[in-house]
Amino acid sequence: MLAGPVGRDDVVIRGARVLDPVEGVDATLDVRIDGGVIAQLGEQLDTNEHRVVEAAGLTLVPAFIDPHVHLRTPGREDEETISTGTEAAAAGGYCAILAMPNTEPVVDDPSHVRSLRARALDEANVPVGFLAAITKGQNGEELTEMGALADAGAAGFTDDGRPVAAAGVMRRALQYNAVTGRTIAVHCEEPTLTRGGQAHAGIVATELGLGGWPSLGESLMVARDVELAGDTGQPVHLMHLSARESVDHLRRAQAQGVRATGEATPHHLCLTDEAIRSLDANVKMNPPLRTEEDRAVLIDALRDGTIAAVATDHAPHSPEEKEVPFEAAPFGVVGLETAFASLYTFLVEPGVLGLETLLERMSAGPAAIYGLERPRIAVGAQANLTLLDLAGSWRVKAESLRSRSQNSWLLGQRLQSRVALTIAAGRVAFE
Amino acid sequence: MATDLRVVGGDLVPPSAERRHLLSVSDLGRNDVERLLATARSFAQSQERENKKLPTLRGRLVINVFYESSTRTSSSFELAAKRLSADTMTLKSSGSSVDKGESLKDTALTLSAYDPDVIVLRHPEAGAGELVARHTEARVVNAGDGKHQHPTQALLDLYTMREAFGRLEGLQVAIVGDVLHSRVARSLVQALKLVGADAIFVGPPTLLPDGIAPTSHDIDAIADADVVYVLRMQRERMLAGANFVPSLREYAERWAITPARVREGQRVMHPGPMNRGVEIDARVADSAASLVVDQVRSGLVVRMAVLYDLLTAGPVAVETAVGVA
Repeated sequence: MLAGPVGRDDVVIRGARVLDPVEGVDATLDVRIDGGVIAQLGEQLDTNEHRVVEAAGLTLVPAFIDPHVHLRTPGREDEETISTGTEAAAAGGYCAILAMPNTEPVVDDPSHVRSLRARALDEANVPVGFLAAITKGQNGEELTEMGALADAGAAGFTDDGRPVAAAGVMRRALQYNAVTGRTIAVHCEEPTLTRGGQAHAGIVATELGLGGWPSLGESLMVARDVELAGDTGQPVHLMHLSARESVDHLRRAQAQGVRATGEATPHHLCLTDEAIRSLDANVKMNPPLRTEEDRAVLIDALRDGTIAAVATDHAPHSPEEKEVPFEAAPFGVVGLETAFASLYTFLVEPGVLGLETLLERMSAGPAAIYGLERPRIAVGAQANLTLLDLAGSWRVKAESLRSRSQNSWLLGQRLQSRVALTIAAGRVAFE
Repeated sequence: MATDLRVVGGDLVPPSAERRHLLSVSDLGRNDVERLLATARSFAQSQERENKKLPTLRGRLVINVFYESSTRTSSSFELAAKRLSADTMTLKSSGSSVDKGESLKDTALTLSAYDPDVIVLRHPEAGAGELVARHTEARVVNAGDGKHQHPTQALLDLYTMREAFGRLEGLQVAIVGDVLHSRVARSLVQALKLVGADAIFVGPPTLLPDGIAPTSHDIDAIADADVVYVLRMQRERMLAGANFVPSLREYAERWAITPARVREGQRVMHPGPMNRGVEIDARVADSAASLVVDQVRSGLVVRMAVLYDLLTAGPVAVETAVGVA
């Protein structure tokens, strides 16, 4: 399902704290990679004339997978390309990303998928999975040729950016998707409740005079989609959850055995709608930032696994699109290069979330949702590794971001922890 | 010849020395409001002279940029700048490069090349003032942005109320109508809170926001108010897809301010433009209870005070010749 460069690098990473919570590894070890595959874990390993990375004091973890990225290709290559987006991914410690199909044109035809996969082989810095649309043109009406799209290599299906507003269409998509075995991911938004919505319908939006985007606009669709998943017996993945009511619906459905999964973004986990008082377009997101109570529920859900994955919803926008009044600005922020560091700084360091949990939710969690191979630190596994300097810190600057767009909510802020090295599919992708 | 006008009132706190904007009522503290109202009062007295022009801002440049139609706000800012001897020009979105698709940022950069001291901005989108403030050295005065803020309207309303009642503290103000879409209501309720007055929102439940003031959908709730502040009811709120109220007729029936609903001693205000026969009965609008024309007059002196205040950083001088009550 992934397309991109595969490497056969020979590397020895010496003396790192090797931490793979799923494999149950936490020890100071050397890791030898032969031809892109982990060949040996141990102490004082022979280097075999491999390249040696001295990593004392650093932490080696399974590399991250981002299940939610907008590469803006084709159509808006001025905002992001396969090349720049995957450079940014590698810099953020990601060994694989999934790209959303709301491009121009929409990825709704097998030829689009084949062409993107071919381009990724040439241009990508880490492997990319391309999702295809659920409905043609993401119009919410006619199903795409899901079987043919899956055969062409689509990594899953979503109309992300828009909801599948009609329940009947969503039900058919879930039923039919049994033939593909891929994951259907949904953008939960009830459009008649969110029309004109600019910010969470709460006291901050009221005071600022911004159109309200109520929690119910999300949670009503979450409730519908977990009901449909239960009814059809098919799995559904709920993207970028923001409201505590949505988490309640998801948790209840999971307890009843419905195959429903969820993801949350770093910005919803770190910020609340208080941040929009600045009227800075770089804190304008869809779904909107919500209250401290919602944020606390999202963190709890991430901790207990109700929400199984961190997803950046990396959404590049050009300066001319974002340098407008808040109300006129498009939704979305970039996040690939800052996801781990922001969550480490704002959740792990203060003791709100365990490092092991975060690592799992950024790697094994998203892999399981989409049926991808889990990055793991074990002999025989392809090397998908991230070397972290948890003691290091850095300031987020627009000019040093590798993404083609700089619409980050973290510009000017100092973050704790740095990515020192990323190995993706057996190849050093970032150092 | 008028001499440089001094602001009076010995216990008024001077403005801070740093470069300031007036984007929102939340940029102001109670001291700022008191100082601005006192300054406006001084200017009001100057406006009773034959020669109404003061040399205070001679050589300064005030640019008014209006992306939305406006009668009162645009004319009063222009006149306020002229009465203070500032150079002024008014740019409207139609007939300018905005028609050719120029962005607000580029317009801000272009106008800033003339080194204006103040840019007064009216724009249909919330956050426009904040954006312009990031791209200019001038002080920015928000003359209305989307449904967000209209701080000089709130100040002129406070000024009008103080002139009518002799006090602000403890005043009861009922704000009636489409509060949800009103930058005027949002700014006013904040300003009332600053000076110790109380607000209640009255109108259709679909048009009253929660959480910033008590609300009632019963028009009888205006009975205890000193001021009935009537908001403009916009026709587009009834269109399909909006459905905030079923019809203008039903709105007027339940919430219009009619002579029967105005109690003796109550005063009625409206930011304009009025829809006579919709939110306000013509007999009320033209009655002795109405402060609508006073509001317009206040608009001029309050905007003079705002321009003066933003461009003078020094301590407030006291001149006893022009006293303040």
